[in-house]
Parts: sequence; structure tokens; C-alpha cells
Amino acid sequence: MIPIWLYLTVGAALFCIGMYTVMSRRTAVAILMGVELMLNAVNINLVAFWRYGEQLTPAGGAVIAGQAFAAFVLVVAAAEAAVGLAIIIAVYRNWRSVEVDDVDLLRW
Amino acid sequence: MIDFTDVNILPWLIPVGPLLAFLIIAVVTNRGKATPADQIGSYGHYTPAYGSLQVGVVSDFGRVASIVVGMAGAIWAWVISWYVAFQAMGIYHFGEDTIFANRIDWMATGLTSFRMGVLVDPLTVTMLVMVPLAVTMIFIYSIGYMASDPRQARFFALISLFAGAMLTLVVADNLLLLFVGWEVMGLCSYMLIGFWFEKRSAYNAAMKAFMTTRVADVVMLLGIAYLYFATGTLSFREILYNKEVLDALASTPALIFTGTSAAAIIAIFLIIGTIGKAAQFPLHVWLPDAMEGPTPVSAMIHAAAMVSAGIYAIIRMYPLLEAGGHPHSGEFSAPLLLMAVVGAFTALFAATIAVAQNDVKRVLAYSTISQLGFMMAALGIGAYIAAAFHLITHAFFKALLFMASGSVIHAMEHGEHHAHHAAHDHDDEHGHDHGHETVPAVMYDEHGHPVAEAHDAHDAHGHDDHGHHFDPQDMMNMGGLSKRIPVTWITFLIGGLSLAGFPLITAGFWSKDEILADAWLGTKELFGPHALVFFLLAIAAFLTAFYTARQLCLTFLGEPRTEAAKHAGLGGRRSIVSITMQLPLIILAFFAIFAGFVGVPTDFPILGGIFSPNGIVFKEFVKYSLIAELRADAPPFDWIPVLTSFAVALGGLGLGYLMYGRRPLTAGEPDPLVRILGPMHGILKNKYYFDELYQIVLIKPAQAVSAFVADMIDRGVIDGILHLIGRVSAWIGDLAKTFNLWLIDGVGDGIPMGIARFGGWFRKLQTGRVQNYLLLAALFAIIIGMVFAVSVGAAAN
Repeated sequence: MIPIWLYLTVGAALFCIGMYTVMSRRTAVAILMGVELMLNAVNINLVAFWRYGEQLTPAGGAVIAGQAFAAFVLVVAAAEAAVGLAIIIAVYRNWRSVEVDDVDLLRW
Repeated sequence: MIDFTDVNILPWLIPVGPLLAFLIIAVVTNRGKATPADQIGSYGHYTPAYGSLQVGVVSDFGRVASIVVGMAGAIWAWVISWYVAFQAMGIYHFGEDTIFANRIDWMATGLTSFRMGVLVDPLTVTMLVMVPLAVTMIFIYSIGYMASDPRQARFFALISLFAGAMLTLVVADNLLLLFVGWEVMGLCSYMLIGFWFEKRSAYNAAMKAFMTTRVADVVMLLGIAYLYFATGTLSFREILYNKEVLDALASTPALIFTGTSAAAIIAIFLIIGTIGKAAQFPLHVWLPDAMEGPTPVSAMIHAAAMVSAGIYAIIRMYPLLEAGGHPHSGEFSAPLLLMAVVGAFTALFAATIAVAQNDVKRVLAYSTISQLGFMMAALGIGAYIAAAFHLITHAFFKALLFMASGSVIHAMEHGEHHAHHAAHDHDDEHGHDHGHETVPAVMYDEHGHPVAEAHDAHDAHGHDDHGHHFDPQDMMNMGGLSKRIPVTWITFLIGGLSLAGFPLITAGFWSKDEILADAWLGTKELFGPHALVFFLLAIAAFLTAFYTARQLCLTFLGEPRTEAAKHAGLGGRRSIVSITMQLPLIILAFFAIFAGFVGVPTDFPILGGIFSPNGIVFKEFVKYSLIAELRADAPPFDWIPVLTSFAVALGGLGLGYLMYGRRPLTAGEPDPLVRILGPMHGILKNKYYFDELYQIVLIKPAQAVSAFVADMIDRGVIDGILHLIGRVSAWIGDLAKTFNLWLIDGVGDGIPMGIARFGGWFRKLQTGRVQNYLLLAALFAIIIGMVFAVSVGAAAN
């Protein structure tokens, strides 16, 4: 059986890649993509911890919390992507740009 | 509910009428309309210097309303007074057991309380008969006399207050209330003497009267305070009708001058008050100057109110003054001696001055001083009844004389105006009836009231135009007025004869005779003060008769000495001025004759049997004001004082007539007295230089001291201290200001500035770059995670 740290390492790497993307890229679309990466890194962790933890309740039922969480995250990520892209499109219409630095209307 | 039909309570109401009248006039009816000062004629024949200023001139309605209110107040007082007086006269031995009195607790003084109230005893009754009558006459007279004055409403307000104060004083049952009335009168006399305050001499005279009487009043107040300290009460009845209190006061040594008794010191203090109020030597100087006021005021001050109040007060306090002595057996207490000497001296002294005066009112002023001296001297020798009697008769004939002289002055002013006109366009009317030609001089408003007399306005300009000053009061300018103003002449004659003591038919004769009779009684027993009083008063009475004759002759007899006298008149027989100014004269003339018959000695040949078969009416009534021990018997009839009275009165009148009447002075002729008296005349004319003496001895030093005080004490010390305080305060203020700027403002400003600066720095976080926010969020997430990890690790260990 593959030891859990390998999963966690992959998750952590994926999270760092996503986070780097979010921090460093100026394009809103890329940032959104980074966010997706970070969410999926979380998903990996959730599923990994579920796989290596208790899978049965004391009553004998299956524990599906990890999977269920992962499924929720997927749904939320999809919704987030939809809303995010919609915002990006709205921003683009106004600014003709999707560079986040350009959108500084509320700055002091 | 107060029962106002109770004759004990009624006296409260007597002063209320005039006092209310004062209030109503002052607050409601004294309404003026602004008028340029140069369009209103003159104030007492003096045109104000502020010609273009707007001044308040009482409206016609206000004038009439004020007169109505004032008259209502006076008549109110008159009716109630006479009602009370006649009630009292109907009671057998009124004053001995029954008096009308009512008191209220006025002020709690520790365990006891000070009570104020009214008291009507026989002495009060005599005053209640005289005062309201004289006051009402003066009020009526003022309607005409002040008819052209722009401030007539104000005049009525003040004179009402004056009358109210006098009546308060008369009905007071204690010295404090008496003193209240006394002081209010002082104030009123000040305001009324200075009524024409545009005239410098008038306001100087007002100030002189006020200051002089004030000096005396302070001493009197000391006496009142001492009396209260000594007895614990100021009630007349409790002190004066109470032998024990009087004896106790007479036997207590005084706090100061321990040789004398408390009664003597108190009495002397009170007498000094009277010396000021009744203008006795040496505080007589204010009274002649008080002539600067309108003539009704002179009558008020000289007859009905002010000076009578002075004498009334000491007559009222007589038992106290006499305490410890017995003048009828030759034992004189110090206050009595003081009164006898001051009174007799003043009587003579003022009479001599009156001889050489040419101002018609000043002669009367000095005669007032002299007559008041008679009363004072009479009281000094224990002639209580005689003093009271002379007070009443004098009030009648002196009020009459003053108002008659005012009438003369008014007529002269009229004549002066007319003389100017005559020179222009009235030459042909000399022979006509004066009344006929002068009717248009009085203008009437819709109420039929004279609003302004043209001659006043003309007078004011006349002085300027012609460049000469005409004195309508100077007797040298008069002469022959008996034909011009016959009513005034007859009444003046009656008043003058009464003043001179013309035998048998005048009031003045009987009252003076009574004083002389009392004085002679003691003189026979060789009592010094009695003799002094008898001889000085006899000489004074002679002089009185002489100057009265001189005044009558100079004013009324012979030929007119000036154009003004030739045209003198009161503006028509039917004019308001003429009626209101002469009606009171006629009424008072009646009293100036008949008031005397209540004081005819019982054993006087023939007349005694007619008028006083059961004892002298006045004496039998008034003597119950005193406790039984003090009531003296009427002096037995003696020919010497009666013949003296005859001799001095007829002699004086005769001599005066010989000098001035038999061959009246013609225009420009000098007074024969100047030749006879030589340099003495100048001294008399200048009133023994008393004004000048006081100027040097009192006023100049007082002014010097005042200047010194103003300069050194006030400006130097007091201002210095004040400046120092000011400077220290300013310095402290500066200090506080600095502190304020530094600390308070520093903190106050510092906090918001710090917040602003922090905000300025802090907002830099808001870069507007999403990555920055995320970086920070990540950073804090890591920090929180590490803290969490460390703490979990620490807990696990």
C-alpha cells in the first residue's frame, strides 16, 4: 500500500503550485486556475485521509465524509469558477483587460 | 376679612390714596409724546439748552388724567382723615382711655416682634384736620399754577407721594414708620425742589436740601436706634404714654456723655433730626434755597408737610424730651434747653434776615424758619399745647401766603409778557379790563383745560431778545398789585395779618399769644430759659409784623413800579388758572382767621367767654395726648403777654406801614431800610453770610477732601489695588493660556493627529493588488498555523 505521505506530498506540491500561481500571475483567469489547483490539492488530502482513516462507523455503516467533502468541493469549485469567470468577463467588458492590477477603482 | 368700617383700621387707608395716586400716575397716566425741546416753552422760566433734542411732554390726556388721579388721592385722604378726626372729636376725653390704633406684626425680632401700626390720638387728630386740607388746597392750586408746565403729570405724581409720606408719618404709631415717611418726604422734597432741574440753581438747591437734611437724619436715626436699644420698642404709646419707661430712661446714664441720661441723649439726637428737617439754626440754609421749586412745592414744604413734620416729630416725642425735667417748675432737661435756645435764637435770627429780603418768596421762607423757631422755643419751655397750636395755625396761614405769593409771581410773569406785547400792539388797551384782554393768552384743549400759555413760550424768547433779566419774584418790581389781583390781595392780607399776629381776629395772634403767655408765666418766676424765649420771641414777633407790613406794602400798595406790575393778572376772572389758583386762597383764608378761635384763653376778657367757656377748646382736646403727670394747666390770664402781643403786632405793622405804606416807594427809589440800617442791611440781605461761611468752612474742605480722596485714595490706592489684581489676574490668565495651549491642546490635538497619521500609514496596506492581500492572508494563515502547531505540540508534551 502506498504510504500516506506520498499523497500528502502530492497534495502539498499541488497546493504550493496553485498558491504560487495565484500570487504571481496577474491575469485573473490564471489566478482562477491557481485557485482550482489549490482546491484540488485539498481534495487529494481529504480523500487520502479518508482512505487511511476509519471507514466504518461503530454500528457498521460506511463512513463517506471524505468523499462527500471532496464531492462538495468539486461542486463549489465549479460554481466558483462559473461566478469567477462571470466576474472576469464583466471586468473585461469594462476595462478591456483581465489584469487584476488594472482593477483598482476602490484603491485609496 | 378686614373691616374697613372700623375706625381703628381706617387710619391705615389715609395715606393709601395719595400713594396709590402716585403709583397710578407714575405707571399709567404719565404718558408723554416726544417733542423737540425748543417747541415746548420753558421749564420754570428756563429754556433748556438742548433745543433740538426730543423730550417727553405729557399729552393733554395724560395731563388731565394725572390731575384727576392726583386729586382723587388727595380727596380720598381728606375724606377719611376728617371722618376719623370727627369720630375722635366726638369721644369724651379722647386719648386718655380710647385711642384709635391698630397694629400688625411687621418683623419678628428673636423672641419678640416689631410691630407696625397706626395710632390716632388727639395730636394726630389735629394734624389730620390740617394736613389733608392743606394738601388738597395745594393740589387744586397746582392745577392752575403748573398748567403750562410740560411735566405737570410728573409733578402730580411726586406731590402725591409727598402727601402720602406726610400722612404716613402722621398716622404712624412708632418712630420707625415715622422715619420712613420722614425720609420719603426728604426724597420728594429733593425731587420737587429740583423739579426744574434744567436750571442750575434749582438742582443745586435740591442737592443742598437733600444733603443738609441727610446730615440731621443720620443723627436722628442714631437716636431711634438708641431708643430701641434702650427700651426694646419704638411704639409711641408704649414709650411716651408710660411713666415707668420714661422714668427708667431718664434715670439710666447714657452710653456716651455719661453725665446725662439716656433720655437726654436720645432726645438730643431726635431734636437734631428736627433741626435739619424744620430748618433751624444752624441747618436752616436749605430752606430759603428750596424756593427754587415750583410755588406749590414751597407751600407743601413750608406749611403742610416737610417742616411741619419736623416739628410734629418733636411735639410727638415731647414726653421723652422732657423726661427728667419739669419745665413748669424751672427744671430743664438738656434737650429742652437746647430747643429753647435754638428755637428762640432761630426765631429772631431768621426774622432779622427776612426784613432785608426783596424776593417775595424768600421773605416767606425766612418767616417760616422764624415761626418754626417759635414752635421749637415753645416746646423748649414746655408749652406743648402752644407749640402744637402754632403748628396748625402756621400751616394754614403759611400755605395761604405761599400760594398767594405764587399767585403774585404768576401775575407778574403774565404782566411781564403783556408788557412786551403792549409795547408792540396793545398800547390802546391799557384802560380796558385786564381779564378781557388776556383771555386769549390761555389756549384750551378739547377738555376745556389750559394746555399752554403763550406767554411762557414768549417769556423764554423774551429774555433772549431783550437781553435783560426780569425777576418776577422781586418785590421791588411790584407795587400796586391790589388793583390787578384783588382776590389775591385780600387773601394775602389775611395771611399776612395772621402771620404778623394781628390782634384778636387772626389765628396767628392766638397761637403766638399762647406761646408768649406760657413764656411769661416762667419769666415771672425768673426762669432763665423762659425769659430768654419771651424776650427773643417778642422781638421776633415785632420783626415779623414789620417785614409782613413791608411785604404787603411793597407788593400791593402804591403805584406799579414796572410795566410788568402794571399789566399783572391771572388771565381772566373765569380762566381755569385764575379759579384754581384763587379758590384755595379763599378757603385757607377762612382757616387763617377762624382756626385761631379754638385757642382763645378761657379768662380772656369777653372773647374767652364766647369761644372757650369750658376751657380752651384746643387745649382740652390735645392735652390727652400726654400722660396725666405732664398735662400742664393753662397759664392764668395775664395782661403783660397779651399787651406784648398787641404791642409787637401793631407796632411792627404800624412801623412797616409808616415806612412803606403811607408813602409807597416809587419806581427806582431805594429801600428806606438801606439808609436806616446802613452796612447792617448788607449783612442781613446776605443772610449773615451763612451760605458763604458754609461754603468756606464746610463745602470747600469737603470738596478738597473729596478731591484728595478721589485722587489719592480712589485713583491711587483703590484703583492701584484693582489694577494690581487685574495685572495678577492677567498674568495668571497668560499662564493658564500657555498651559492650555501646551498640554490640553497638545493632548486634544495629538490624539486625532496620531489617529490620522496612523490611518495615513495604515491605508498603504490597501494597495489594490489582490496578490498583496492574498500574500498577507497566507502569511497570517501560516503564522496562525504555526502558533497552533506549537501550542498543540506544547499541550501534547
